Amino acid sequence: MTQVFLGMPAGGQGNLFETEPFPKAAHRELGNTQMRKNLRHATHTIRDKRLNVVGELPDWEELRDAGSAIKNLTMANLEERLEEFEKNFTARGGVVHWARDAAEANKIVTELVKATGSNEVVKVKSMATQEIGLNEHLETEGIEAFETDLAELIVQLGNDKPSHILVPAIHKNRTEVRDIFLKEMPVVDPNLTDEPAKLAEAARKHLRKKFLAAKVAISGANFALADTGTLGVVESEGNGRMCLTLPETLITVMGIEKVLPHWEDIEVFMQLLPRSSTGERMNPYTSLWTGVSEDDGPQNVHIVLLDNGRTRALADRFGRTALNCIRCSACMNVCPVYERTGGHAYGSTYPGPIGAILSPLLTGIEVEENGSLPYASSLCGACYDACPVKINIPEILVHLRGDDVDANRDKHKIPTQMDLLMKGGSWALGKGKNIGLLEKALPLGRLVSGKDKKIKKLPGIAAGWTASRDIPAPPSKSFRDWWSDEKESK
Amino acid sequence: MSAKDEILGRIRSALADAPVAPEVPREYRKTSDMGEAELIELLVDRLVDYKAGVDVIDAAQIPEFVAAKLAGASSVVYPHGLDTSWLSALGESVEQRVDAPGARLGIAELDETSAVVTSSAVSVAESGTIILDGEPNQGRRAISLVPDQHVCIVPVSSIVRLLPEAMPRLTITRPQTWISGPSATSDIELERVEGVHGPRTLDVLMVRGL
Ligand code: SF4
Repeated sequence: MTQVFLGMPAGGQGNLFETEPFPKAAHRELGNTQMRKNLRHATHTIRDKRLNVVGELPDWEELRDAGSAIKNLTMANLEERLEEFEKNFTARGGVVHWARDAAEANKIVTELVKATGSNEVVKVKSMATQEIGLNEHLETEGIEAFETDLAELIVQLGNDKPSHILVPAIHKNRTEVRDIFLKEMPVVDPNLTDEPAKLAEAARKHLRKKFLAAKVAISGANFALADTGTLGVVESEGNGRMCLTLPETLITVMGIEKVLPHWEDIEVFMQLLPRSSTGERMNPYTSLWTGVSEDDGPQNVHIVLLDNGRTRALADRFGRTALNCIRCSACMNVCPVYERTGGHAYGSTYPGPIGAILSPLLTGIEVEENGSLPYASSLCGACYDACPVKINIPEILVHLRGDDVDANRDKHKIPTQMDLLMKGGSWALGKGKNIGLLEKALPLGRLVSGKDKKIKKLPGIAAGWTASRDIPAPPSKSFRDWWSDEKESK
Repeated sequence: MSAKDEILGRIRSALADAPVAPEVPREYRKTSDMGEAELIELLVDRLVDYKAGVDVIDAAQIPEFVAAKLAGASSVVYPHGLDTSWLSALGESVEQRVDAPGARLGIAELDETSAVVTSSAVSVAESGTIILDGEPNQGRRAISLVPDQHVCIVPVSSIVRLLPEAMPRLTITRPQTWISGPSATSDIELERVEGVHGPRTLDVLMVRGL
């Protein structure tokens, strides 16, 4: 039998899990008023900027249509595209490695770093390496990893966790950043103010020597172009260019879903991505490299192609479009739930609306830790409207909620309160006569309400609803009864 | 089974339902007929917005403007394919260093160099993006990265309006750097601040008749 399962998609590992159920984490994070203020300010700033630059393009919807179709096309032929990429990247002097999961990817990278004799690496912000917990792994192997992106640096120096995929320190305001720098940077001007320009300057000074001396860099990639074997990194600060240009060895870790069929396809994504993510017409720097270029940049170039649950997500025919994500973060910037709870509440490397679908798709919804993520949404649809590649996040959330209910039913065997409620609901809503009967009992609800005509506590799982709000007592007469009385009296 | 074979096998079984690959609709703008004056105006507007310095000049004015931009520099690096007449008005006080095949400047030397002068391959007006693709008049990526000031020549004939119009002019397999303003960050409260690790000053000379 095992034979059959060898090629079966397996769930991802690493930092993809909720560390506690979302409602519990959200409850705690909501108590952090400073963080909520910071988030509100930041997400509103970016929303306005995004709307301005998106509104400028008369063909924004056509670009979204193209972007979405290119991604669907890629996923439908993923095997061919990956083989094509490998062929072209290798032909130009790059080395391709394949990793089934987080542990395998960490092992490959560690061996590559050790082979250079270096015990330090500089890093460009990368979601994939965060997902696999690379920094922590390298540390156990005696290799120190230096994050060079300003926000990642703030997180690393503050011993904190990222809370946003684009701006990992979005939960910190300028004063908090200054305090972290004063406390943690070995050499820093004690009179450092909280002006963002001064803070950026401090980061420049702190990292300059590292860049100039680094032998090994580790990066992610925003895309891989199959027909040329080209990789691309989109960034702002120039830390990416430093890492991609100056060291001798460059190791890139990239999810297998990031490949694009044709190099011209970047004309679509390089219009969609910057406008959706930082709300800029274009990000300050984009670097593209194709294997090794003689005399220019690293001469020892590797890529690790990572599965870690991606094939599992691909196997879900309703959920697979989640793999189309280009990590722009527009969906979290517009999400009313994210704006209030922040990224930490989601546990996984991927927070916000995309995280709520991607994490359980990568690990499997039956994995207990991620069962509550698909409920971290009000299904308002703002994420779908904002998504540059038109991922229908609300639809996938509903699909995953269904899967979660099914998985739990299989686990419990005896019907849960939810099952009974749903059965009751389908009986009630199935026929007009049935609901009419039920409504006759409505006035009974007035018996349990208090003097203020409010019901404060419902029994069973419905108690969750009344834990944070009251329900008005039902009227003395149902709408149906009122309607037929009205008609009769006419 | 190798990791590669296993992952490809997983992909095959994940796609057992054989999803239909859609036609890609490419209805977005691929060409424009914007005239030269408007193209210049649009690109200037975008670059100024990014806090780059911009001057629109004639070819004969290049030496004079390069010298003016480098007034505060003590040294400048240039790629071996650059038209050296562009540097002809530089004063004695600015040391000139050429980066050539077989005679490359080391990282430490570049770090001690105040500025770099390069040309560029193509520029996209709508997004304010200047693309360098490693031609001999643009040089290795490191020389336009480490010095703190970048003086970049943009021939007006190389300006297009839309990104899709720029694509046929690129050799994608050469190392490329797309530059839209000096280095910047939006990492603190999502507000853009210019000047982090890449050159903190970007001076663009847009040259008519080039
Ligand atoms: S799901 Fe869409 S909006 Fe959200 S990060 Fe991914 S691409 Fe951006």
